[in-house]
Amino acid sequence: MSTPVPALANAPERYYNYAYLDEQTKRMIRRSILKALAIPGYQVPFGSREMPVPYGWGTGGIQLTAAIIGPDDVYKCIDQGADDTTNAVSIRRFFANVADVATTEDTGEATIIQTRHRIPEKPLKQGQVLVYQVPQPEPLRGLEARETETRAMHAYEEYGLQYVSLYENISAYGRIAATAGYPVMVEERYLMSPSPIPKFDNPKMAQNEAVMLFGAGREKRIYAVPPFTRVRSLDFEDYPFETQTWEETCALCGAEDSYLDEVILDDAGDKMFVCSDSHHCAERRAAGHVGPMAGHALDQDAALKEPAE
Amino acid sequence: MNAIPGRIAPAPLLSVEGLTKWYGHVLGCRDVAFDLRPGEVLGIVGESGSGKTTLLNCISGKLTPTAGEVRFDTRRFGLTDIYGLSEPDRRRMQREEWGFVHQNPRDGLRMRVSGGANVAEPLMNLGARHYGQMRQSTIDWLDRVELDTRRIDDKPRNFSGGMQQRIQVARNLIHGPRLVFMDEPTGGLDVSVQARLLDLLRELVRDLGLAVIIVTHDMAVARLMADRLMVMKGGEVVETGLTDQVLDDPQHPYTQLLVSSVLQI
Amino acid sequence: MAYVSVKGGEKAITHAHQWLAEDRRGDPGVHELEVAQVREQLSLAVDRVMSEGSCYDRDLAALAVKQARGDLPEAIFLLRAYRTTLPRFGASLPVETEAMAVRRRVSAAFKDIPGGQVLGPTFDYTHRLLDFALAAEGGAPPEPAPQAEEPQAYPMPNIASVFRHEDLLEHDVRTDEAPEPYDLTRQPMKFPADRDQRLQALARGDEGFLLSLAYSSQRGWGSTHPLCGEIRMGEVAVEYVPDELGFAIEIGEVTLTECTMLSGFAGSAERPPQYTRGYGLTFGHCERKAMSMAIVDRALRHREVGEQADAPVQDEEFVLYHSDNVEASGFVQHLKLPHYVDFQADLQLIRRLRKEHFERRAALKEAAE
Repeated sequence: MSTPVPALANAPERYYNYAYLDEQTKRMIRRSILKALAIPGYQVPFGSREMPVPYGWGTGGIQLTAAIIGPDDVYKCIDQGADDTTNAVSIRRFFANVADVATTEDTGEATIIQTRHRIPEKPLKQGQVLVYQVPQPEPLRGLEARETETRAMHAYEEYGLQYVSLYENISAYGRIAATAGYPVMVEERYLMSPSPIPKFDNPKMAQNEAVMLFGAGREKRIYAVPPFTRVRSLDFEDYPFETQTWEETCALCGAEDSYLDEVILDDAGDKMFVCSDSHHCAERRAAGHVGPMAGHALDQDAALKEPAE
Repeated sequence: MNAIPGRIAPAPLLSVEGLTKWYGHVLGCRDVAFDLRPGEVLGIVGESGSGKTTLLNCISGKLTPTAGEVRFDTRRFGLTDIYGLSEPDRRRMQREEWGFVHQNPRDGLRMRVSGGANVAEPLMNLGARHYGQMRQSTIDWLDRVELDTRRIDDKPRNFSGGMQQRIQVARNLIHGPRLVFMDEPTGGLDVSVQARLLDLLRELVRDLGLAVIIVTHDMAVARLMADRLMVMKGGEVVETGLTDQVLDDPQHPYTQLLVSSVLQI
Repeated sequence: MAYVSVKGGEKAITHAHQWLAEDRRGDPGVHELEVAQVREQLSLAVDRVMSEGSCYDRDLAALAVKQARGDLPEAIFLLRAYRTTLPRFGASLPVETEAMAVRRRVSAAFKDIPGGQVLGPTFDYTHRLLDFALAAEGGAPPEPAPQAEEPQAYPMPNIASVFRHEDLLEHDVRTDEAPEPYDLTRQPMKFPADRDQRLQALARGDEGFLLSLAYSSQRGWGSTHPLCGEIRMGEVAVEYVPDELGFAIEIGEVTLTECTMLSGFAGSAERPPQYTRGYGLTFGHCERKAMSMAIVDRALRHREVGEQADAPVQDEEFVLYHSDNVEASGFVQHLKLPHYVDFQADLQLIRRLRKEHFERRAALKEAAE
């Protein structure tokens, strides 16, 4: 299913080094990645470069990918779980141009998957790398604005403040109200932001076979979860962590256990729910699964197919 | 202080020796030494600028002294100079075994977090992970400091100054510390509120058998709370002794001045 | 209303970019703007882009201004993204601003100072009346300004020289063994920051942000009671020592604006009362930025002089983390990217909380009846 994109001989990207970054910078980033893998969950400061996309639009993820990608890789890029969201398309095109890699929408086939806000539904395998785009690497930032303070809190493993915020949630709402970017403990040592993935995806991080790398370009931090690492979502003994569930199923493929997006159909309150993971949904439909609204106009949009151009 | 005949004085909980703090050329405090035994309440009295707050900060690990030692009988390491501990060990020991009641509740409370969560936080810092149990323990403590337990989820700003101080007291006692520092704990309050809070503090300290170091410029507070007094002037200790002795029969002219300048209660 | 897909394919992006190019060009009946015109006639825009883009190249900066349709933070971003890909050959020697070929030099501290006041090309003392003569294009270029009657002092002594014999102004400490300056383009922020790191961040910082911070300081939010010791603008030589040669050669000339602000200091046990300084330096002619930078630099030095720090301008984490407009603009605008996965998670929670709220209300009402 991979789609090699022909290198554009005169595209401006071609005036730059392979995979855009110079080799010195890639080495610096790879050293930071190794350090991050050696200390799971610890935020490694790194000399983040200015990239040709804006901060907050995936500069950290792009630098990680650029530092590890080679011509034999198969690259997949998703945003909100979908391959065809604008920024995912833009980033995928960037790497097709500057790194001569094959790109794919197939989760199983990709060697590097760059993601914003989701972990694919299909379990990842050994040998795959999941690169997360991270807007704010510091899980405590919402509670303590100062970097000098939060670094000390990590160093001394003083995470009481995080629990105070969960405690307040329960007092106010009867439950832990965090829904996305739900904080986790890695190997019972470092508190870590899983990036703004829905907490639905948190359990997928634990004991995952793939290498998980997190890049925050603007904040200049890299962190990592190596394969087969303990990752625990914070909770209380009497208010255990739980994930989202839906009463609905995917309107197109009928999936009952995937993360659903709510799609507004008109002004009259009509809506449908569809898988946020576009490839997962398409693969299920190709395998003959049918949802209650199969055949809807949206169905064609997301079918397994080559990219438009 | 002489040991009481027929009883073996218990080992000190805290032992301070040669404690000196210079700020450049300005003296903070000089050559302070004393022992504090479990369950004992020591009052440090003097005017503002006498060095008592500097001393308190040095003893409580907030301000590194220029010279001298502050040895505390830690659960983990026994009697140890707290400034010889690594930073993580010192912070952990402070979390586990100490409390600190500030004069201004704003310095001792998280103002954006509910009163209940403020009280429960030390438990979470020490690893408690059962919401229901922490909640119950918080309610018990709010009750103990005579606060309306129905207001558990109100933010501190919605409480009066005296009530904020009670929240702070609960927050500093809930985790069962062995030593509590108090810096003018009733200093910012109205006289009537002050008296009620002092009564409460005295009861709690006695019931719990707490060791306390309390800094105050108020001789009435000192008489009510402290077993023993240390009088400071210009950064040095000018007189020490049992509270009644010092207040009723002051030896140093400065102490005489201090005592005569307040109404007896 | 039909459902409008938030997902956009490659085609949509390509078309959007075509539309952007069309809008950039504007009415094709109007002459296309030449990069050289931007460079020569919008020179202060070019100066700002070079300065905050940390890259001294008038042509590239002019191209960036043209490509960005005059949006300067966007142009700065373009230049930064280009700069970061350039190989590094080495670092130049520190430039000598005393040896500046001065075009403008004023001091507010003295009526006259060695070297004199040189007004130069400035908006100061112009009346801000729209000049409709400029609207009628195609006229002859303006007459050259008259030459001074006497040659200017060279080197032009700086404000420190005035104080030198009295020791009234703190000294710059110069050493040959000074460590390599901190480089924020290669290393992340660290705190507490030293002055080299702070000055670099301020030099790259957004003019508007620094202006407002400096203004807040003047209005009492962390005031340093600044006095404009000196502003100078002109050309300085850039020298570089190639390894092969072992001695300095001149590799070019850059226009700089430099500002020294003076602030009184009451003295401490160790130090006598004297004036301290805040320093600002920019590429090109960016006077507003250089002055703002000097005020903010001085405000951030509160630790050295034992000032109480409680205003935003004195908070180095606040100032340094938020002064970069490429970072700020990217992150604020990333909110345009789809967030519907996290929003869905949030919606679910709100719906559940609302349901529980109404159930509670209903139960209460029932109990009451």
